[in-house]
Amino acid sequence: MSRSKGAIAGIGELKPQRLTQGVTTLEMIAEVSRLAVLDAGLEPAAIDGLLVGPQVGETPQHVPATIAEYLGLAPTMANVVDLGGASGAGMVWRAAAAIEAGMCETVLCVLANNREEAAPRSPNRNPIREFDVPFGASGANISYALLMQAHMAEYGSTARDFAMIAAAARANAQLNPDAIFFGKPADVEAVLASPMIASPLHLLEIVMPVAGGEAVVVTSAGRARSLRKPPVHLLGAGEKVTHRAVSQAPSLTSGPLKSAMARAFRQSGTHADEMDLLSLYDCYTIMVATTIKDAGLCAPGQFGAWLNDHDLSHKGDKPLNTHGGQLGFGQPDLAGGMTHVVEAVRQLRGEAGERQIGKAGLALVTGNGATMSEATALVLGAA
Amino acid sequence: MSVDLNTLKTPGPTITALTAPFWDAAAEGRLTIQRCEDCGKAVFYPRPICPHCWGRRLVWKDASGRGRLKSFSEVHKPGHPGWLPAAPYVVGLVELAEGPTMLSFILPGTQSLHIGAMLLLSPTAIGGRILPAFKPVEP
Repeated sequence: MSRSKGAIAGIGELKPQRLTQGVTTLEMIAEVSRLAVLDAGLEPAAIDGLLVGPQVGETPQHVPATIAEYLGLAPTMANVVDLGGASGAGMVWRAAAAIEAGMCETVLCVLANNREEAAPRSPNRNPIREFDVPFGASGANISYALLMQAHMAEYGSTARDFAMIAAAARANAQLNPDAIFFGKPADVEAVLASPMIASPLHLLEIVMPVAGGEAVVVTSAGRARSLRKPPVHLLGAGEKVTHRAVSQAPSLTSGPLKSAMARAFRQSGTHADEMDLLSLYDCYTIMVATTIKDAGLCAPGQFGAWLNDHDLSHKGDKPLNTHGGQLGFGQPDLAGGMTHVVEAVRQLRGEAGERQIGKAGLALVTGNGATMSEATALVLGAA
Repeated sequence: MSVDLNTLKTPGPTITALTAPFWDAAAEGRLTIQRCEDCGKAVFYPRPICPHCWGRRLVWKDASGRGRLKSFSEVHKPGHPGWLPAAPYVVGLVELAEGPTMLSFILPGTQSLHIGAMLLLSPTAIGGRILPAFKPVEP
C-alpha cells in the first residue's frame, strides 16, 4: 500500500435540522469548525489553511476571507472548492496537496448551510436555465429520474432494486440518533408506496434537504501522529468533471466517478473488494447503483443481485453508509458530501459506537456533484 | 395533461445575443443549431466556440427535426410551480439526428413511451412562446 498523502486529524458535525430561524451560515461554519479543531486537539492558531464552499448566502464574493476573518484565522492558503456534492471529498485531496506543496501545514475544510422557511429562487443565468427549464425540467429530481430510466432500460434493473438502496440507508440510520430519519425506518414496500415525483423516481429515493454543517482538519501524516486522535490517512484520491447538464452527459449509465475511483485505487494500491467501509455519495438511489457498478463491485446491471447477496449494515460483509447515508441522515446541502468523509473517519478510528464495523482498515469515500457531473473519490486508511 | 400549455406561467428562456437565432427560429417553428465549419460537428447548446475543436467558425443550420429518445421522465411534482397545472407531463433527452442531445418537452403519443423511440420536432406553444417540443413517431 502507498504512503500517506496526509491525514484527517479532526472531525466536526452539526445535527441536521429541517429548518433554521435567524441563524446565519457563517455562525454554523464557526460552530462546526470549532468542533473539528477541538476534536483534533489543536489550537485555532494552528490552522494555516482554509477550504470553504461557495454558498455563504451572506457573502457571494470573498468567501474565504470572510470566513477567515469570522473565525479569526490568517491562513497562508485559502480557497473555495465548488464541486457540488463532491466538494467535501475534493477538499480533503486539495488540503493534502497544498500541505505537500508547502503552502500550509494544517487545513480546516468546512461546509455548512442554514435553511430558512422562504428561500429566494435562484437568479441563475446559465445553459440549464435557458435550455432545460423552459421545457419543464427544473431541479435535480428530473435529471436523476432521466438517469434512472436509462439504467432500467439498459440493464433491466427494477424499481425494487433501487428501493432496496433507500431501505438499507433508512435501516442504517436507525443506529444514528442524529439522523433526520432516526426512529423512522422505511422498508422496500414503503419506498415503492411513496409518491412518484418524476418517474421512475419515488419520494423516498430522494434526500431530504436539511440545515447542517460538517468540518474536517487535514494535516501532514507526521504532524497527525503527534495529535490527540489516531490519524486517518489519505492513501489515494481521484477526481473527474465531465459536464453540468444531464443532456450533455457523455453517458447516462456510467459516470466520472469510474475514472476517479480507478485513480484512487491505483494510487493507494488497493481494490474495491478490499474496502471495509463503502461511504458512497447517495443523493438518489440511482447514484449508489451506478457507483457500485463503476467501482467494479458488481457487473453492469447486477447491483440488485449484489444488494441481495450482501449485508450492508455495520455487522455485514459490505457495510455501506453506516451513518444512514444522506438518504437516511438528511442532506445539509454541500455539507452532505462531507458526511461520507466524517463517517469514514469515525469508523476508521473505531469511534462509531454501536454502529462500529468489525474490521476497519480501509474506506472508500465518494463525492458527486450536479448530475453525475463532478466526482471525487478518496481511499482512506486507519492509522 | 388536459391544460392548454400556452396558458401556463412557466419560466421562459434567458436569451442572449448569441442564442437569439435559436429562439427566433423556435418562434417560427424551426429548430436551428450550430455547426462547426472547422470540424464539421453539430453543436448544442449554442456557444461562441466549438466545444469539440474550439474553432470559431460556427454557422446556424436548421436541424432535420428527427431524433431518438435517450431517456424520459413523467414529471408528477414539477420543480417550478408554473408547471403544476400541466402535471403529469413528460420531458425527455432527445438525441438529434445531427448528433447532439437536447432536453425537450415530449408530447403524448397514442402508445406508451419507450427509450429508443423515434421522435419528430413538433413546435408547441408553451407559456406564451413556441418551443421546439418533440412527439413520438407513430408506426
